[in-house]
Amino acid sequence: MTMQNTPNHSKMVLKLVAIVIGMFGFGFALVPLYDVFCDITGINGKTSNTASVYQSVEIDESRWVTVEFITRTNTGMPWQFEAKTKRIRVRPGEMNEVAFYVRNPLNRPIVGQAVPSVSPGTAAIYLNKTECFCFNHQPLNGKEEALMPMKFYVDPQLPKDITYFTVQYTLYDVTSSAQEVASNQG
Amino acid sequence: MSTVTHDTQHDAHHHGAPTGIKRWLFTTNHKDIGTLYLWFAFIMFLVGGAMAMVIRAELFQPGLQIVEPDFFNQMTTVHGLIMVFGAVMPAFTGLANWLVPMMIGAPDMALPRMNNWSFWILPFAFIILLSSLFVEGGGPAFGWTFYAPLSTTYSSDSTALFVFSVHIMGASSIMGAINVIVTIFNMRAPGMTWMKMPLFVWTWLITAFLLIAVMPVLAGAVTMVLTDKYFGTSFFDAAGGGDPVLFQHIFWFFGHPEVYIMILPAFGIISQIVPTFSRKKLFGYASMVYATASIALLSFIVWAHHMFTVGMPLAAELFFMMATMLISVPTGVKVFNWVATMWRGALTFEVPMLFALAFIVLFTIGGLSGLMLAITPVDFQYHDTYFVVAHFHYVLVTGAVFSIMAAVYYWLPKWTGKMFDVTLAKWHFWCSLISVNVLFFPMHFIGLAGMPRRIPDYALQFADFNKWISIGGFAFGLSQLIFLWLLIKACRKEGEAVSPQVWEGAEGLEWELPSPAPYHTFETPPVIK
Repeated sequence: MTMQNTPNHSKMVLKLVAIVIGMFGFGFALVPLYDVFCDITGINGKTSNTASVYQSVEIDESRWVTVEFITRTNTGMPWQFEAKTKRIRVRPGEMNEVAFYVRNPLNRPIVGQAVPSVSPGTAAIYLNKTECFCFNHQPLNGKEEALMPMKFYVDPQLPKDITYFTVQYTLYDVTSSAQEVASNQG
Repeated sequence: MSTVTHDTQHDAHHHGAPTGIKRWLFTTNHKDIGTLYLWFAFIMFLVGGAMAMVIRAELFQPGLQIVEPDFFNQMTTVHGLIMVFGAVMPAFTGLANWLVPMMIGAPDMALPRMNNWSFWILPFAFIILLSSLFVEGGGPAFGWTFYAPLSTTYSSDSTALFVFSVHIMGASSIMGAINVIVTIFNMRAPGMTWMKMPLFVWTWLITAFLLIAVMPVLAGAVTMVLTDKYFGTSFFDAAGGGDPVLFQHIFWFFGHPEVYIMILPAFGIISQIVPTFSRKKLFGYASMVYATASIALLSFIVWAHHMFTVGMPLAAELFFMMATMLISVPTGVKVFNWVATMWRGALTFEVPMLFALAFIVLFTIGGLSGLMLAITPVDFQYHDTYFVVAHFHYVLVTGAVFSIMAAVYYWLPKWTGKMFDVTLAKWHFWCSLISVNVLFFPMHFIGLAGMPRRIPDYALQFADFNKWISIGGFAFGLSQLIFLWLLIKACRKEGEAVSPQVWEGAEGLEWELPSPAPYHTFETPPVIK
């Protein structure tokens, strides 16, 4: 190690450069790792992006869970967006349906995409949606309005200490990217 | 500019090396490059300090006084970036260049040409960053942490300049770090075993490993910001399936080791200075090495304490709280060892020792406020207030910056061969010590009372404290001009000639060399006792 005149620097430099490149890659690998980690643990409030199938689970008659729905539109998204049901008391395991009202106030068609977020985040994986407008793009023509349904049940496995959780939908304007996809396919 | 001009010209004569500006442009000499790094860092310290003066002038009174809010935000952002990447880090790299080869008995750094490059790309990085302040729309205004979506959706068009300048700074630090690691691994003099290395060398070795581990992650983060802003990716944009909280995770995975990058070499410096002026061996050398290594390892698992309020589950908050508090154990070991070194030592209070003592006391205050911030429930109150500003300025200004000043005063006579102006140095120390506490200590109180950071205006009840803070700030800024004057005098070779050992209690290879240190040293390796 301490030989003065025959140092083999290049071998060591290569190793260190490999670490640098590896860590640069690791920075990017954090993106999918974060998603996988949050998928498994559900800690960032993201819900599943695919419809779950309602299995006839036993309804937990012993407790009530309050689910609150709030809506917001992202900057630059002109739609009016409201939850028809602001708050609902449900039994874990029981199917429920709520609806959301949207209206496009402009004269041109716009494609919207809603992204849900659950708070507290730990409740996210217990919210099972069998049908949700958030699974697809929602196109609305100018001045058009619509009611968008959402069917869900709360998994009876929901921890007992969670008696109340909030589902927030943020609506984004994805018109430009939706057109891009359409033109690519066409 | 040149601390070693006289000797080099003499040497250059023999070697046919270029003179004048070309000498500095093409130099591969570790001492020249160290000098360049140190002067660059000092200039950046004054530039970043001038921005702090703008910030403090605006905050002197409540209400908007001098600058527009957006320009205020640019000042806080660029002040932070310059002080972190332009002042503290290059200063430590400069010290490493000067001292590591002399301390381990090597003739130069292992990769001298890369050493030249790693310095000379740095001025370009900062020219790019500073020029972004003058383009239409203004420079970066999102804080040095450049959280998405502030740096993506809401940032000015000049964000690309910011991104590229950070890329260049990162490349420079990585090259510097590789150079330090290879030098220490391959070029130690025979007999310089690992556990005989001076602590400055140890702390820099560990710092260099931290640098090559996390600077690439920073490069990745700025690249993602770049593509999110300009090329339509959605790493941090929820509309496209990304997550802005992910940005904070990636940033602080870099950011927390980064704060140790800025303090571990300081620990090394203090561990060199305190034994000299206590005339004793360093107490607990081995425990110092292990403490440094454990701080470095722990730094990778505590990042989320910067983001307690993003809504993490309780288990994660507890984990990051406990892990953070664990760091105070090895840090406590270090403070204990410094105090134990002084215990029953024959203490004298030369200027480097004054700065080292101020470091120990004031860094510990910063460490304790850090421990307070680590407690999750109270962090919800402290988050984004001036309490945080007080905390990190105590560890970075009275910590890192004071240690750099201590190092400069300690080794300056070795570099120039002349004793610096001690009267000026004492003025510099006492003015800095008093003003820095007037500047940063009241920030604890206004922070606890709820004054948010990074805001150009504030509620009336904070007016008195802010006035005092600004006065302290101006005084601290002016005190640094004393330092500038002292350094210019030192470089003009004024003062009394010093002995090779310079300080009575100094031990180590660099003190066995003549003063000033010749341009080329240890061309034949020294014998290590």
